[in-house]
Amino acid sequence: MDMTARHTGPGASLRQDSALKHATGEARFADDIPMPPALLHAALVLSPVAHGHLAPIDLSPALATPGVVAAIGPGDIPGRNDIAQAGRAQEHMLAEGLVEYWGQPLAIVVAETRDAALAGAAAVRPGIEPLRPVLSVEEALDAGAFLMPPMVMSRGNAPAILAAAPRRLSGTFVAGGQEHFYLEGQIALAVPGEDGDLTIHSSTQHPTEVQHVAARLLGLDHNRISVQVRRLGGGFGGKESNASWVAACAALAARRTGRPVKLRLGRKQDIAATGKRHPMLYRWQAGFDETGRILALEATLAADGGHSVDLSGGVVFRSVTHALNCLDVPDVTISGVACKTNTVSNTAFRGFGGPQGVLLMEDVTHRVARTLGLTQEAVRERNLAGGGNGSHTPYGQALEGDLLRRVWAECRDGADWARRRAEVDAFNAANEVVRRGLGSFVLAFGISFGIMSMNQAGALVHVYEDGSIRLNHGGTEMGQGLFIKIAQVVAGVFGVGVERVRITPTSTAEVPNTAPTAASTGTDLNGWAAQIAATTIRTRMAELAAAEWGVGPEEVRFEEEEVFAGNHRMGFGELAHRCVQARISLSSTGFYRTPGIHWDPAAMRGEPFFYFSYGAAVAEVELDLLTGEHRLLRADLVQDCGRSLNPAVDRGQIEGAFVQGLGWLTCEELWWDEEGRLRTLGPSTYKIPGSRDVPPVFNVRLLEGAPSRADTVFRSKAVGEPPLMLATAVWNALRDAAGCERLDLPATPERLLTAARG
Amino acid sequence: MTPIAGPIVFTLNGTPRRLPPGISPTATLLDWLRGPAGLAGTKEGCAEGDCGACTVVVEEEEGARVPVNACLALLGQMHGRRIRTVEGLSGADGGPHPVQRAMAEGDATQCGFCTPGIVMTAWAHAREGGDPHDALAGNLCRCTGYRPIVEVLEALHDDGVPPPPAPDAPATRFEAPGQVFDRPTSLADLLALRAAHPEAWLLAGGTDLGLRVSERREVPPRVILLSGVPELNLLEAGPGWLRVGAATSYRRLLAACARDVALAPFAALLRRLGSRQIRGMGTLGGNLGTASPIGDALPPLIALGATLRIAGAGGEREMAVESFLTGYRTNALLPGEVIRDVLIPHPPAGALFAAEKLSKRPDQDITTVGLSALIEMEGGLVARARIALGGTGPRAERCGPAEAALAGRPWSREAVEAAAAALEAAISPLSDLRGSAAYRRLAAGNLLRRLWHRQPEFA
Repeated sequence: MDMTARHTGPGASLRQDSALKHATGEARFADDIPMPPALLHAALVLSPVAHGHLAPIDLSPALATPGVVAAIGPGDIPGRNDIAQAGRAQEHMLAEGLVEYWGQPLAIVVAETRDAALAGAAAVRPGIEPLRPVLSVEEALDAGAFLMPPMVMSRGNAPAILAAAPRRLSGTFVAGGQEHFYLEGQIALAVPGEDGDLTIHSSTQHPTEVQHVAARLLGLDHNRISVQVRRLGGGFGGKESNASWVAACAALAARRTGRPVKLRLGRKQDIAATGKRHPMLYRWQAGFDETGRILALEATLAADGGHSVDLSGGVVFRSVTHALNCLDVPDVTISGVACKTNTVSNTAFRGFGGPQGVLLMEDVTHRVARTLGLTQEAVRERNLAGGGNGSHTPYGQALEGDLLRRVWAECRDGADWARRRAEVDAFNAANEVVRRGLGSFVLAFGISFGIMSMNQAGALVHVYEDGSIRLNHGGTEMGQGLFIKIAQVVAGVFGVGVERVRITPTSTAEVPNTAPTAASTGTDLNGWAAQIAATTIRTRMAELAAAEWGVGPEEVRFEEEEVFAGNHRMGFGELAHRCVQARISLSSTGFYRTPGIHWDPAAMRGEPFFYFSYGAAVAEVELDLLTGEHRLLRADLVQDCGRSLNPAVDRGQIEGAFVQGLGWLTCEELWWDEEGRLRTLGPSTYKIPGSRDVPPVFNVRLLEGAPSRADTVFRSKAVGEPPLMLATAVWNALRDAAGCERLDLPATPERLLTAARG
Repeated sequence: MTPIAGPIVFTLNGTPRRLPPGISPTATLLDWLRGPAGLAGTKEGCAEGDCGACTVVVEEEEGARVPVNACLALLGQMHGRRIRTVEGLSGADGGPHPVQRAMAEGDATQCGFCTPGIVMTAWAHAREGGDPHDALAGNLCRCTGYRPIVEVLEALHDDGVPPPPAPDAPATRFEAPGQVFDRPTSLADLLALRAAHPEAWLLAGGTDLGLRVSERREVPPRVILLSGVPELNLLEAGPGWLRVGAATSYRRLLAACARDVALAPFAALLRRLGSRQIRGMGTLGGNLGTASPIGDALPPLIALGATLRIAGAGGEREMAVESFLTGYRTNALLPGEVIRDVLIPHPPAGALFAAEKLSKRPDQDITTVGLSALIEMEGGLVARARIALGGTGPRAERCGPAEAALAGRPWSREAVEAAAAALEAAISPLSDLRGSAAYRRLAAGNLLRRLWHRQPEFA
């Protein structure tokens, strides 16, 4: 591969497409779009109680507020009051009859200014007869209050093997949820056009779902609504399903008033009203032998789904399929349930249940190691998939044991594990109130959407007569570098510099019926679609050049802004011009669907993932035994990105995901009061990591010489989610430092102080 | 002096701006920038002064660059100042500023929403220097994991560009429909206004009151701004003491404490109080006036025996900080009175002085438990102990039983254990989102125990 300084195709470390515009403030986010004439602003009336009977809402106080133009209750919805992902479950946009969480939207107030809309919303006094809220997942689990039927993945005969196992252990622990805290809050701007058609500018990861949900609420055909997204100020899963209802509210208000309407949630409303990562309660029982080989496992993973299903089905699917992570347990039964509580409906969050799933075996191996006097690393190695152990997941898909062992060995050796283990032990022997701990983690994460139909993508590429290229595809840019990566793919196909490729906003009007940009699949899916579209055009161009030069089309090469065959050459733009003159189409769509994947949800069997992404981590922490304060001193990560399309972007994804995972597992704590009111509603109370929380020694390596074995675009691998889970090593390091059996998450100073005292 | 009504004026990105009459003086700078000024580069991330996406820089006369949160800064507070936003940076060639290029080229931006604020923080840091993490404590990034941002800050150089001239800003009163915003320029004027308008907001830095505008969208009818009163802005160091005006920013207080080795523990605590943005605006007077039970700076003031000067129409009186705080968010100010300044005595030579803070996150986090202590030894025994707590009761206050348990005993593990046990028995903290009552009790005792572990011998 050409890796010279001029190279801008696949493999080049180019920066995010808008990096300089971000730094100068020129990059426009949805709230920065110049205000259209006659713009109105919307605000939401949110439920002040967590559970109760709701009387029909009286909106007259809002209408009496100066500046208010309209107030919209559930009865004012022209279509169906349903925001469920595929319209399968009845999930109300505006509550009717019953409120089920504190912060649930009840009505929309529309006014000339945002302040007037907020004042109008605050004037509404919903009539609610309170009911007792269910706030704990434990209570819901024990009561069997489920949002959907349990998912049970089973292999062999776990009960029998457990009963016969030489040693047995059981455990329980909990992991908290996580607020996305995208820096740009939820926002949408809906602009009416002719005949009541609507254009919606939305900060969404899923423009197609915005289109569908808005159309459903308005009772319109999909073709009446187009959704446009240039960039998001962060998404992390929080702008998958949640962005849809925010945009639908703006659309409703625009439809009702006939004027453009913007709805921007303030931070507190955003955190109150939008879903988060599912908290999880774990109960497990394991049977093992004296060598640490785990023979059988039964486990229940109970996700707190909140009040409605939302994306809980997919989240629980991923938790269950990742519950063994990269380990092999011959006889196993994993049950995944989504419990119903009176909290906001939990949703997608980077990793989508995977991060919760992979915690299970870390608890099991920690406890087994402690019981047998072994290290957790020894127990993990003893049970790693492949080698002498089974290499297939319980659902029947093969893991690559050689890659697993390679990432772990490279990480362990790069981190100088043996020497540092001895140093940590010596430090602890010499210190009474400060302890250090060392922990590790190895990951296998499946790549593809769990819903098979979502594994598709489209792209639209035009080459203009001057040789400039316009690229559009179904993926959204939220900072992850998707746009530049796909532009690199297209530039590579045409053999031109990436600056020739114009990146354009995602639009349902250009590429329809798209999947969300989620599940780490943005590049895998849209990259192939764009590659296919570009290749279609290049083939036509090559045929013309071949005909003119009297050579075979396969001899025509596109490199360095020129087109070659034998002794013939011409500029890329010149060939584009000749194609137009010769009446050859220089526009093509491209369509891709992931091949070979399949899933039987009844049997919980199949090969749902196109491939696995592997990674490993070692973390060292220091813990103050008097206060529970702790800090991460060093982290060493090795992440398998296949043959990276853009190593600079991938490194940024790895570092950022790891720190986000670190926040989930340590400092980010959602706190509800006894009445079910979430009290951590902003950065002053909900603490995401700051710069000082990043380890002072932070070694990140991309696994080298490991092109994807699956037929991915340029043999690269997905990178968005997997490295978040590498932060799990910090949990293990903290337990090592505290010397404790159980450590619930997030591991706040309080939890650590409690755990360290036993 | 009769107030001079007139327009708010300030210099924005080097150009004088005179706001039209009638504009609300309590509109936030952020809303004005993004709205009427048409400068959308500055972002709203939280509207509570915590995420830093709205960071702009106030350029001081002497060249200092003070990052502030535009979401908390009210237009009336900006009168006479020089403000720079991300749109106002440019390099020698008129293109992007080197800081902007460095952020882009260093892969220090992903989604880009926090980036303009971080650029402004970095631009100020290039001049102000210090620890990059101190500079970044007030800026959150959810994408990058910070490593590239820290590297950019470590490599920056000051561009040497002097501040633009300050605008001519004669007005001391800004009026809008239903609103009067006074900016008195002498203590006498302040007291006269205070006496006439006891209901008015007394606005110091606005890092607390600003929330009521920024988040809760309140429109106060009457505001009296303290920052124009010279008597309230003094900062004076003498032999064994520091006198701090009530409206002096934490930024200036920290700089003074950092130069004063006797107050080093206080300086270290102030570095964890808010962020550079908050310290650029927030004041000790504000912390005292709101009398928060967890006011970061209050336990060390109590431990040191700091005193207040309170000014009123009838003259001035002095009072110990510990007596001034009377209960949950209440203080001893009488109607018509204002806090003039605080006298902070040095710890006596040889004494142990500590100012500890426990929070969920080390930087820019509200205290879960604060403990400050001043321990003086004589003849190998504790002669005097002052132990002050925050976050463990309705107000910051001394813990008599713990002090008594130490007095007359050697500074030993046993004595400190007895004091910690007495402390744990004496307090009855609340459970809330920052920690349970049990944790607060144990951690407060342990903060005292930790003093011994860190310094088993002194004097």
